[in-house]
Amino acid sequence: MFDLTGKAALVTGASGGLGGAIARALHGAGATVGLSGTREAPLEALAADLGERAHVLPCNLSDRAAVESLPKAAAAAMGSVDILVNNAGITRDGLMMRMTDQQWDEVMEVNLGSAMRLSRGVLRGMMKARWGRIVNISSIVGVTGNPGQANYAAAKAGMIGFSKSLAAEVASRGITVNSVAPGFITTAMTDALGDAQKSALLAAVPAGRMGEADEIAAAVLYLASAEAAYVTGATLHVNGGMAML
Amino acid sequence: MSDIADRVRKIVVEHLGVEEDKVTENASFIDDLGADSLDTVELVMAFEEEFGIEIPDDAAETIQTFGDAVKFISEAS
Repeated sequence: MFDLTGKAALVTGASGGLGGAIARALHGAGATVGLSGTREAPLEALAADLGERAHVLPCNLSDRAAVESLPKAAAAAMGSVDILVNNAGITRDGLMMRMTDQQWDEVMEVNLGSAMRLSRGVLRGMMKARWGRIVNISSIVGVTGNPGQANYAAAKAGMIGFSKSLAAEVASRGITVNSVAPGFITTAMTDALGDAQKSALLAAVPAGRMGEADEIAAAVLYLASAEAAYVTGATLHVNGGMAML
Repeated sequence: MSDIADRVRKIVVEHLGVEEDKVTENASFIDDLGADSLDTVELVMAFEEEFGIEIPDDAAETIQTFGDAVKFISEAS
């Protein structure tokens, strides 16, 4: 349904389950994709699987200099960056009374700081092209909160406020900025949860199951499409009814 | 100087879609030529590319009129 032929998309965290699914969905719609992540082997494997129109762009998002140079590297490899998906995220969970500055800073830097720097880096090209899509992968916990994740929830909430502000700044230039807020999705991040934690969480999901990475990717694909031109500053919740916002 | 002024005027005319004769020495991008704040950022970006110079943010803020832009670029390039 959505055709991204001729568009170039940069996806961070593409070595993970969610980012990989997002890259596949955009690529499947015809986009050229730039696969970014810290682990090069899974990026290479994904690129090989996708075949043409896939570029591997390794980047450590906790390294500011590397983040600053990623948009340039992506534009050099693909010709432009028309779509940016800030998907990469890390967790450094801990109760507030025990949370260290390092746990806080690392999560802020990778989850929120890199989204800001990459967005800033791709804006010039998008402004000139009078077309652009920035999709920030937030989280349900950025809206509802979650014990043990004050740092992660703050960064994810920050992405939503960031998206809305930037959306207002650049709407007149044909650039949209939106957030997708996944609920409880099957990924390596949620695999780390124990069975007891999982069943407790599932009890709060009206759909009665975890979401799949493809279901997040579909939301990203929509927001990246030409059809979503009038949707900006929005947060699309994909959570099986876990929180109806 | 006049070459720089001509090139700056061309960028302003193209970007803001204004008549060439409106782009006078004291014409303010925002007050007289209908630019919004984002337009002024884009104009500075266009000047940087056209003249191969860097215009730092604090200097960009002082460029309010066509004359300001020509003066800054003449001194910088």
